[in-house]
Amino acid sequence: MAKKTRSLTRRAFLVASAAVAGGVAFGYYKYRETPANPLHAGPGEVVFNPWVIVRTDGVTVITPRAEMGQGVQTTLAALVAEEMDLDWSQVRAEHGPAAAAYMNLAVAKAGLPFADYHDSTMKRVAEEAMGVVGKFAAVQATGGSTSMIDGYTRMRMAGAAARAVLLKAAANRLKQNVIGLRTEKGAVIAPDGQTIAYADLAETAAQIAPPARPRLKNPRDWRLLGKPLPRLDMVAKVTGTAPFGIDTRLPGMLFATVKANPRLGGTMQSYDATAARAMPGVKGVFDIGNAIAVVATNTWAAFQAAEQVQVTWGPAPYPATTEGIFAEIARAFDRPANSTLRDDGDVVKALAGATVLRADYHVPYLAHATMEPMNAAALLKDGRLTVWAPNQAPTVIRDKCAAALGLSAEKVEVHTPFLGGGFGRRAEFDYAVQAAMVAKAMPGTPILLTWRREEDMGHDFYRPGALARMEGAVTKDGPVALKAAVAAPSVYASQARRVLGLAPPGPDKILVEGLFDQPYGIPNYRVQGHVSDVAVPVGSWRSVGNSHNAFFHESFMDELAHAATLDPLEMRLWLMKGQSPRAVKVLEAAAQMSNWGSPLPKDHARGVAFCWSFGTPTAEVLEISQTATGIRLEKMWIAQDVGLALDPDTIEAQAISGAIYGLSAAMMGEITFADGAVEQQNFYDYDALRMQQTPVFDVKILQSLDHPTGVGEPATPPAAPALANAIFALTGKRLRSLPLNKQVTFAG
Amino acid sequence: MQITVNGQSHEVSTDPQTPLLWVLRDELGLTGTKYGCGVGQCGACTVHLNGQPVRSCSVSLGDVGGGSITTIEGIGTPEKLAVIQQAWIDHQVAQCGYCQSGQIMSAAALLAGTTTPGDADIDAAMGGNLCRCGTYPRIRAAILDAAKRLHQGG
Ligand code: FES
Ligand code: FES
Repeated sequence: MAKKTRSLTRRAFLVASAAVAGGVAFGYYKYRETPANPLHAGPGEVVFNPWVIVRTDGVTVITPRAEMGQGVQTTLAALVAEEMDLDWSQVRAEHGPAAAAYMNLAVAKAGLPFADYHDSTMKRVAEEAMGVVGKFAAVQATGGSTSMIDGYTRMRMAGAAARAVLLKAAANRLKQNVIGLRTEKGAVIAPDGQTIAYADLAETAAQIAPPARPRLKNPRDWRLLGKPLPRLDMVAKVTGTAPFGIDTRLPGMLFATVKANPRLGGTMQSYDATAARAMPGVKGVFDIGNAIAVVATNTWAAFQAAEQVQVTWGPAPYPATTEGIFAEIARAFDRPANSTLRDDGDVVKALAGATVLRADYHVPYLAHATMEPMNAAALLKDGRLTVWAPNQAPTVIRDKCAAALGLSAEKVEVHTPFLGGGFGRRAEFDYAVQAAMVAKAMPGTPILLTWRREEDMGHDFYRPGALARMEGAVTKDGPVALKAAVAAPSVYASQARRVLGLAPPGPDKILVEGLFDQPYGIPNYRVQGHVSDVAVPVGSWRSVGNSHNAFFHESFMDELAHAATLDPLEMRLWLMKGQSPRAVKVLEAAAQMSNWGSPLPKDHARGVAFCWSFGTPTAEVLEISQTATGIRLEKMWIAQDVGLALDPDTIEAQAISGAIYGLSAAMMGEITFADGAVEQQNFYDYDALRMQQTPVFDVKILQSLDHPTGVGEPATPPAAPALANAIFALTGKRLRSLPLNKQVTFAG
Repeated sequence: MQITVNGQSHEVSTDPQTPLLWVLRDELGLTGTKYGCGVGQCGACTVHLNGQPVRSCSVSLGDVGGGSITTIEGIGTPEKLAVIQQAWIDHQVAQCGYCQSGQIMSAAALLAGTTTPGDADIDAAMGGNLCRCGTYPRIRAAILDAAKRLHQGG
């Protein structure tokens, strides 16, 4: 993809596509303005709109979301292919350039402080407003499990608009009415059987104005959507030919690496590169601000030389040890809450005089540890910068690289190759700016900057450590009060400061998501978030706030169930009734598929957990066993309601992937600090689930809406509490702190 | 010195201490073999040396000598897929795909030595290959399927 990225400058072929890009009728002039079409046609190509290029041998769909494993480009392309009546073999997907036309409107909406399960006028009005803000800000981003939510209508409209003008062009040519024509396998077919390929109509069709609101197919007539489709990237990914960022190769390329202050955010005071410069293959050592960069003839030589550079680093702008950091986080409880996004009934009164349960929970900082370490390639030539960065936010990459080099954004071109994992890490821009700065130091020479795994582990934007104080009261019927307070550094503020330069005030929804927005009818129910200002850089880690809050909430729900001597699954069902039929069906499905309550073999036990995140209620039941060498994960059942399943096979893969990501962190994930630096180095001290530890999975996909909801993240949050609850059922030990392997032994 | 990769011999002048991984990727442009950890912990760099799976990040160029190296590019190509790659496609194994070259190289070595791998054989052969996307269940299914096709005419 990136290597072959089209040099689309030969023929600027701009077609208005207001119908596709406009969408929502809203009163503002600027909002209604159609973003420019960033595509230019290559030889043998005709551009229809920012998403559709008709080639002589098929159609290229621009799928402007990062392909980081979730299959997004395949499903986005299928949305267009469906409306255009293409044969799947005619379809290619390309990420395309960074452009305003590809902004993600849904990602802004996801930050609003409303519980998803319960729709309100307030929420809808705020969402509309956020869509407008998103459009002005024009952020092209992949995250928050929003790609299908954002692309579902837009991509189908892009395909339908292209099909409409192709039909019109055919009607003109055949001198017949459009009504009699149909489309199939990338061609228009006349009633007499005459067939004209799209490629033969493209030149004229692209000059016809598309209809204001192209008609979309009735989902009943779908041929591609709703069924498993072979992924467009699969053949390349099993033959070693898929170009990841780290595989970018250009003539005359040199290879670089960096060594940045291990005390994150600290300065570089001085360095001595004499020894490094004298090493074989080294072409240069550069000061790029708070890091040094080494450029060499191969990556290994750069790695070796970087180790030889002697640097004096400044101190960290946060406490130097894990203990100090958590003590600082705990102090946030003493300050007024940043948010009280749920406050039902009178929780204080309900807790007074009742049998009260109190428990404190703790989760550590976590690294993303994508399989492909951070990297980016860059070339500065004739005052123009080209960046190849496996990334989740190309417009941010473009703007930040431009700012770092003092260029205007138009002088920066961003290519987005495949990502060897993202999980939120690649929504950041640090690695790309570093590559741009190295390119600036060596103008005219393409450089590929690759981080050592150790650099990657130690310079993440971590999932923050978090603490929770839970209180609850039960009667024999179940919980009557739940009071939850969480304290953690704010991901939202940390990111906003990096991207926008300031953190807008207001309630931080991300801090309490998974805690305040769950569909349980507990009469007295309060959730508060306390923001800590510990300055360790934090970022979006698959499912973000839900990743810790589901552990707090769902473990404590288990505690409440046991205190009330109720079955934990039955109790949840009872609390969901009258709140959300979607949630009830999901939990019932999990109970049914796992045969919940049936007798288990000796030394086996089960735990259940639920979380509603990214619009998708998800329930997980996990069965574990005690073996001679430790606890073994036997089987996990996952039920989730994805609204509308566009590709069930991809959704199943994401459910399993999300659960394994959550289980890995729960069992063994922990980032700790000493002397201001991260202590973990590599996979030997920050490992994840391996083949032999992975349970068997059974996934059930439910559909209850006329549009898709998130699928990349919702299976992660329930994994940790399902496991901790199973361990309680197995051993009687209530584990309120992660990772679990510090308290129990798992089979290897 | 000369090294033989996928049946082709190449003249390389790189420092013999350089791990094979970087010779393949940066000198020969064979980028299918991936860097994950550099210390033998993740398996992303797995290749075959004289038919045996090795972590190319932990074998120096000097140690390869006249040995015969096979990389993912030597297993099959998009135009001419190996049976194991076809099984991977049929089970839609890859997500981000970054670990998959290494997974396939480890699995290919397993299947070369075992006609009917059981779960324990798969665990033993694949335990060194990390997948952060969690594709293990589909990898297991693809290996079992490939074994059938290769050895039982299925
Ligand atoms: S890169 Fe060789 S084992 Fe990880
Ligand atoms: S497929 Fe992404 S790491 Fe394995």
